[in-house]
Amino acid sequence: MTDLSTVYLGLNLRNPLVASASPLSRKVDRAKQLEEAGIAAMVMYSLFEEQIIHESLELDHYLNRGSDSFAEALSYLPDGGLYGISPEKYLRHVTSLKKALTIPVIGSLNGVSQGGWTDYARRIEEAGADALELNMYYIPTDIHTTSSDIENMKVDLVAEVKSSIKIPLAVKISPFASSLPNFAKRLVEAGADGLVLFNRFYQPDFDLEELEIVHSLDLSASSEMRLPLRWIAILYGKLNVDFALTSGVHTYADVLKAMMAGAKVAMMASGLFQFGEEIIGSILSYLEAWMKARDYESIKQMQGSMSQSSVREPEAFERANYMKVLNSFHTLP
Amino acid sequence: MDKPIIMIDGNEAAALVAHRLSEVIAIYPITPSSAMGEFADEWSAKGKPNLWGTVPLVVEMQSEGGAAGAVHGALQTGALTTTFTASQGLLLMIPNMYKIAGELTSAVFHVAARSIAAQGLSIFGDHQDVMAVRQTGWALLASASVQEAHDFAAIAQMSTLQARVPFLHFFDGFRTSHEIAKIFYLTDDELRLLLDGELIRAHRARALTPERPVLRGTAQNPDVYFQARESVNPFYAATPDIVQETMDKFAQVTGRQYHLFDYAGHPEAERVIVTMGSGGETVEATVNHLVEKGEKVGVLRVRLYRPFSVERFIKALPASVKKIAVLDRTKEPGAPGEPLYLDIVNALVEGGRSEIAIIGGRYGLSSKEFTPAMAKAVFNELLKSEPKNHFTVGIYDDVSHTSLEYDKNFSIEDEQTIRCVFFGLGSDGTVGANKNSIKIIGEETENYAQGYFVYDSKKSGQMTTSHLRFGPKPIQAPYLIEINQANFVACHQFNFLERFDMLKYAKEGAIFLLNSLYNPDEIWDRLPRETQRDIIAKKLQFYAINGYEVAEQAGMGQRVNTIMQTAFFAISGVLPREMAIAQIKRAIEKTYGKRGEAVVKQNFEAVDRTLAHLHKIEVLAETTAEEGRRAPVSHEAPEFVRTVLGKMIQFEGDEIPVSALPNDGTYPLATSQWEKRNISMEIPVWDEALCIQCGKCVIVCPHAVIRHKVYSEVVLTDAPATFKHMPSKFKEFPTAAGYAYTVQVAPEDCTGCTLCVEACPVKDKTQAGRRAINMESQPPLRETETKNWDFFLTIPDLDRKLINPSTIKNSQLLRPLFEFSGACAGCGETPYIKLVSQLFGDRTIVANATGCSSIYGGNLPTTPWAVDANGRGPAWSNSLFEDNAEFGLGMRLTLDKQNEYALELLRAMENELGKEFVEALLTANQDGERGVEAQRERVSELKNKLSTQDDARAKELISVADALVKKSVWIIGGDGWAYDIGYGGLDHALASGRNLNILVLDTEVYSNTGGQASKATPRAAVAKFAMGGKHMPKKDLGLLAMSYGYVYVARVAMGANDQQTLRTFIEAEAYDGPSLIIAYSPCIAHGYDMARSLEQSKLAVQSGHWPLFSYDPRLALRGENPLSIESKEPSLPFSQYAYNETRYKMLTQMNEERAEELMREAQADADKRWTLYQQMAAIRYGNDNN
Repeated sequence: MTDLSTVYLGLNLRNPLVASASPLSRKVDRAKQLEEAGIAAMVMYSLFEEQIIHESLELDHYLNRGSDSFAEALSYLPDGGLYGISPEKYLRHVTSLKKALTIPVIGSLNGVSQGGWTDYARRIEEAGADALELNMYYIPTDIHTTSSDIENMKVDLVAEVKSSIKIPLAVKISPFASSLPNFAKRLVEAGADGLVLFNRFYQPDFDLEELEIVHSLDLSASSEMRLPLRWIAILYGKLNVDFALTSGVHTYADVLKAMMAGAKVAMMASGLFQFGEEIIGSILSYLEAWMKARDYESIKQMQGSMSQSSVREPEAFERANYMKVLNSFHTLP
Repeated sequence: MDKPIIMIDGNEAAALVAHRLSEVIAIYPITPSSAMGEFADEWSAKGKPNLWGTVPLVVEMQSEGGAAGAVHGALQTGALTTTFTASQGLLLMIPNMYKIAGELTSAVFHVAARSIAAQGLSIFGDHQDVMAVRQTGWALLASASVQEAHDFAAIAQMSTLQARVPFLHFFDGFRTSHEIAKIFYLTDDELRLLLDGELIRAHRARALTPERPVLRGTAQNPDVYFQARESVNPFYAATPDIVQETMDKFAQVTGRQYHLFDYAGHPEAERVIVTMGSGGETVEATVNHLVEKGEKVGVLRVRLYRPFSVERFIKALPASVKKIAVLDRTKEPGAPGEPLYLDIVNALVEGGRSEIAIIGGRYGLSSKEFTPAMAKAVFNELLKSEPKNHFTVGIYDDVSHTSLEYDKNFSIEDEQTIRCVFFGLGSDGTVGANKNSIKIIGEETENYAQGYFVYDSKKSGQMTTSHLRFGPKPIQAPYLIEINQANFVACHQFNFLERFDMLKYAKEGAIFLLNSLYNPDEIWDRLPRETQRDIIAKKLQFYAINGYEVAEQAGMGQRVNTIMQTAFFAISGVLPREMAIAQIKRAIEKTYGKRGEAVVKQNFEAVDRTLAHLHKIEVLAETTAEEGRRAPVSHEAPEFVRTVLGKMIQFEGDEIPVSALPNDGTYPLATSQWEKRNISMEIPVWDEALCIQCGKCVIVCPHAVIRHKVYSEVVLTDAPATFKHMPSKFKEFPTAAGYAYTVQVAPEDCTGCTLCVEACPVKDKTQAGRRAINMESQPPLRETETKNWDFFLTIPDLDRKLINPSTIKNSQLLRPLFEFSGACAGCGETPYIKLVSQLFGDRTIVANATGCSSIYGGNLPTTPWAVDANGRGPAWSNSLFEDNAEFGLGMRLTLDKQNEYALELLRAMENELGKEFVEALLTANQDGERGVEAQRERVSELKNKLSTQDDARAKELISVADALVKKSVWIIGGDGWAYDIGYGGLDHALASGRNLNILVLDTEVYSNTGGQASKATPRAAVAKFAMGGKHMPKKDLGLLAMSYGYVYVARVAMGANDQQTLRTFIEAEAYDGPSLIIAYSPCIAHGYDMARSLEQSKLAVQSGHWPLFSYDPRLALRGENPLSIESKEPSLPFSQYAYNETRYKMLTQMNEERAEELMREAQADADKRWTLYQQMAAIRYGNDNN
C-alpha cells in the first residue's frame, strides 16, 4: 500500500496536502468539509497585527465622531458593547476548530512589530493550536532602512515568539532577501522549526482610466510554484528544518514536485477556492496512482529526492533562465 | 451594607427603573427624552431582564401618536407598559392619554419636560409640554433632581398600580435629563420590597381576554356620558393619599422621604416661593442661605401636581406665611395667570388662607438659566408693598416690563465646592473626557459631584462647554457655573480666545489651563489683549500644554480629550497624581476597552506623554498684546445682524432684551454669510492650469463655499492681484465674446470636507494625485482669499434667462440661495437643497420638516437661506415633524387659490386693464426662466396700472397679483418624516394631485436625534433601536408613490450620477402635479469617512442598493412606459458597499452569524428590487419605441 503520510513540524499528517492560511478556515463547517475531503492539516487565517489595530481605531473613530457635540444627538451609532475585534474572537475560533477537527490546526500570526506578539502567540497556543505559523510581511519604503535592519528585526521576533511557546513554530517568509540561505539559517537558529516558502504578496495595480491604484486578489497559478520549488531544493539538507511549499500548488504533479524538492507538505488555497474541496480527493488519488505506477512506497521516500544536493546537475538551480536557453550544453568532464 | 452609588444622568436614572418595571415599552425618539428609549432598547437587546426575570419587549413606533396607541393596546391587554417622550411628542399622545385615564388604567410615562414650538422650536427644558396635559386625567409627578428622577420613576409605578390613575412622571429636560450626578441606586431587592405583586396581578386581571370577554371603549350618549365621567372621582380623591403612603413606604425602604408638597426654610417664614421641578432645588439652596442670614423665607416644592391636594398643600404651608410668589416654568398667553399660580390662588381660597398675598411669575423657559440671584430677586419682590404680579425673572423685558431686576453678583456657591469650566471643540472629545472625569471624582472619592454640558447650535465645528462641580457637601445647584465663580477654567482650543470671553468665569486666583500650539515662552504674546488683562487682574495661575502635539504623537489626531483630562487632574490636585492617572486609565479601559486594545493603548500613551508637555506660564505684569478679541460679525453687517444675531454668536444671547427680538418668529434671510467661523485648517485651492470648467466641485459642495462664475473680463480691471481667472470654455459664453471664468472658494466658511477635491475629474498628467482643486493650509491663504472672495461676490451673476441649466456646469452658474449652513462637514443632504435653491430659489416656498434640515436651515443665530441680487429667494418655514407634507400642501392651496382669484379679478377688470394685456397675463407660458421673468415684468406693470386706480378690485388684485407668477412649492424633509411620522400626510399630499415637489433627504436613519432606525433603514444596518441590526427591509417609498400612476417619482444619488439628479429635479419641478424625489444622502451616522461619500454613493448604486430611476407620468399619457431605470444592472455584491460603513460592519464585530444572515437577506432584497423594477420598466404601454 502506498504511504502518503508525512511529518511536518513534528505533526504526523496523513498526507502532504495542507490548507494554507486563508479565509477557508473562517468557518468551522467549511474546515470540516475540507477535513472530510482529505486535507491533512489546516493553517488558520492570519491574526493580523495591522488589522486588529486598524479595526479597533476605526471603530473607535466612527463611534466617537460627532458624539458629545450637538445637544440633540450626543452620539450617532449605538455603542453595542462587546466587539469581536480583540484577538479573543480569533482565539475562540482556534478552540472551535480544534474541537471540530481531528487534523492538526496551525495558528497564524501576521505582523512585524515587537511587543504584544509573543502574548498573542502564547494565547494561540493556549487556545489549542498544534503549531504556529508566523508571517512577517513587511514592505520597506524608507531608503535608510538596510536589509540587515530588517533581517535582524525578523530574527529577533522569531526568537521572541519561540521563547514564549512550546508548540512548533513555522515561519513564512518572502523570497526577497539578498541572501536567502543565510537569512533562512538565521531564522532556524532563532528557533524556527519550519520554513514556509513563500508568502504571496498582493501587488497593487494601476487603473489607467482613473489613474488610481487598485487592489485585486488574483488566485495563484501552477507556474508560481517554481520560485519556492527552486529555493526549497537549494536549502533542503542544508538546514535542520521542515519546509512547506506554498504558492501555485494546484495539481498532484505540483505536490510531487514539492515533495521531491524537499518539502514536507504542500499547501494550497487558490485551488480550493477555485474548485472546491473535491479537488483534494482528486489530487490524492492521482498522487497515489502516480506513485503506484512508479512503485513509490511512500511520500517520505521521495522527499528531497530532487533537491540540489540530490540531482545530477546541481548548478541547474543556480542558473538564470536565459543562460539555460542560450547555453544549453554540458561541458564535458 | 453601603448603598450602591452611581454617577449617571437623569434620563438613565429614570430608564434604569422604568426598564426593570416594564414588560412592554413603545418608543419614539424625541429630544431630550430619546436617551431613555435608547437605554431601554440597548438593555433589552443585551438581554437585560426586568424585575421579574423576563426581558422587556421594546418596540419603536412611527410617531409618538403611534407609541401612545401601542401603549394603550398593551395596557388593555394587561402588560406593565411605559413610554418616554417630551414636547410635541407628548402632545401627540394626548388623545390616548384621555382614553387611558378614562379607562382607569395603571400606566407610567416618563417625560423629559421640554418647550413647545411656538414662535420658534426649542429642544430645551420647561414645563409647557406637561402643562398641556394637566387636563387629561393623568397624575403629574415632578422630580427635581437626578436622584428624584430615579426614585419617582419607582414611586409613580407603585402608585399607579394602586390608584388606577395613570402617572406622568416628569423632570426638567436637559437640566435634569442630561445632568450627571451622584445618586443612590435602587437595587432589585429594594424594588421588590416596594412593589406589590397582588396589584400587578390585579392589573393583568383587568385585561381584555377572550377568556373573560368584556367591551371597553363604548360610544356614550347625552343620557349617561356625564354621569360616567363623574364616576371616576373617588379614584382621584384617593390618589394623593396613595402617593403619600407610597412615599412613606419608599422612605422606610430607602431612607429617602418625600412628600406631595415639601416645605423647606424658616419655620416661621413670611415669604414663600412655591415651585416645581429643578428650579425648586435652586430656590431651596437660596432659602437655606437666606435663612442663615436671618431672613424668614421658605420654599414649598410641589411633587404631585395632579391630582392637586388642597388639603395637603395648606398643611404643608407654615401658618406664618404672609406672601407667596408662585414660579411657573411655562407660558400660557392670554391666561389670567400660569397654571401653577392659578392652582395656588385657588388652593389658598379653598383652603381658607386667602389672607396671604400672592403673585405669580415665569422663569426658565427653554432652559433659560434660573440662579439663586433670580430666586433672591423674587423674595425681594415680595418685600415690596405692591409686588409685581405676572412677572418674569431671568430676562430683560423692555416691552411689557414684566421682568424683575436681579443682582448678577449674588452667589451662594459654597467655598468648599470646586467649580470647573472647560471649553472644547465638539470633535476634540472634551465632553466625553469630562464625563469620565466627573464619574471618577464621584465614584472614586468621597466627593459629591455634578456634570452638565452645553452645546452650540451648529453641527460642525461646534464649541462645547462643560460645567463640573465637586466637593464634600451635597450639590444643590441645577444651574451653570456663574461668572467669577470658577476655580478652574480650561480652554481646549486656542482660537476660542479670539472669539469668546471665557475668563469671565474665573474667580480670583483660579487656574487657567490653555491648549496651545505655541512654545511656552511665546504663548503670552499670542494671547488677545483681554485675555492677558484678565489673567493679570484675576491673578490667575496660568498653565499651558501643546495637546495637539501630544495627540499627534499618540496617533490621536485632533482628539486632545485624554490629554487635557490628565492635565486637569495633574494641576487641580483633586486626587494625588498617581492615583488620578491610574483612575484615568481605568476609565479609558472601561470606556474604550470593548473597542479593542489598540484604542486603549493609544489613549494610555497620550496620558503618559502629557505631563512632560505641561508648563506653568509666567504671567507678566503688563499686557503686551496689541490685538484684541474679534468682533462676532463684520462691521459691514446689517444692524440686526450686528446687534442681535452677533450677540447670539458670541454666546451672549441671554443679554438680548425682549424688544430686540421679532415677536412673530420672522427673521431675515442671508445671515449665515456674516458668521465667519474659520473652522477648517485646510481649504481647497483652484489650479486654473488644470481646470476643465465642469462645475462638479461646485455642485457637490455641501456648504456652497466653492463657486464658479462666467463673467465679462472687463470686471477684472478691479480684481485683486491674486484673483485667479482663465478664459471661459463655455460655448454659450465664449472667450471670443470677452468672457472669463473663475472658481473661487470662501476661505472662512469652508468646513474642509474635501468633497470638491474628490469630485474633480481632472488628474495632473505629471502627478496623478493632483487635481484642479487641491487642499492647502488655510491660515496663510485667509487674508488674500478673503479679498478674492469679496471681489468674486461683486461680480454680477449672469442673467438667469441666458443660462440653460440642463448641464452640471451651466446649472452651477446659478447662484446658490442656500449657503454656509451649520450642517456637518461633508453633509450629504445640503447639496440637494442647494440645487433646489439654485434652480428655482427665486420662486420657491419651502415647507421643511423638523429634523437636520430644519436645524441647519433654521436654527438661530443665522440662516443659510439667502436672497439673490433682486432680493428674491426661498421663503422658508418649518411647521412640525409630522405634518410637513400637509403644511406644504396648504401653501400650494393658498397659491392656487390666490392665483385663481387673481385671474378672476383680471378678467373682471379686463376693460380697465386692456384686453390684450390681460390675455397675456392669463395665458403666459411660464415653463422656463424666460417665461417666468416675462410674467414678473407683466405683473410689475399690472401693479403700476392698478396703483393709480381707486377701485376696490384694484386694491384686491394688487395684494394677490404676485400669485400670477409661477411659484414652486418644495416640501423638504428626512426619512424619519417621510417614511415614518409624516407618511400618512405625505401619502395624502401625493394623492392630492396638486403641484408639489417633495424632496426626501434619505439618510436611512433619524439623523438629527442621533441615529435611530427608521423604516428607511436598510436591513442589516445597525442603528439605535435596531442594535442587533435591522431585521426587516427598507421600505420602498418610490414604489408606493409610483402606484398612484400620476406622481412623478425619482430616485437619485448625486455622488453616483449628478446629471440624473439635475435632470430629475428639473423634470419634477416642471411636472404640474405631485413629484417625489428620494435622494441618497450620506450621513455621519453611516460611519465612514465623509470624504469618500461620492465613491460610496457609486457603490450604493452599483450594488443595487440604490437603483436610480425616474417615473414620469407624462410618458404614460403618451403611451410610453413611465418608468426609466437609470442605473446599470448591479455589478457588485451588496456587502462590498455595505461593509465600508461602520453601521453594517459593527454587526460583524458584535454578532458575526447574525450579520451574515442579515447580509444574505439584504442581498436578496437588492436582487428582488432590481428584478421587480426591470419587469415594471418592461411593461408595454402601447406606444413604446421598442
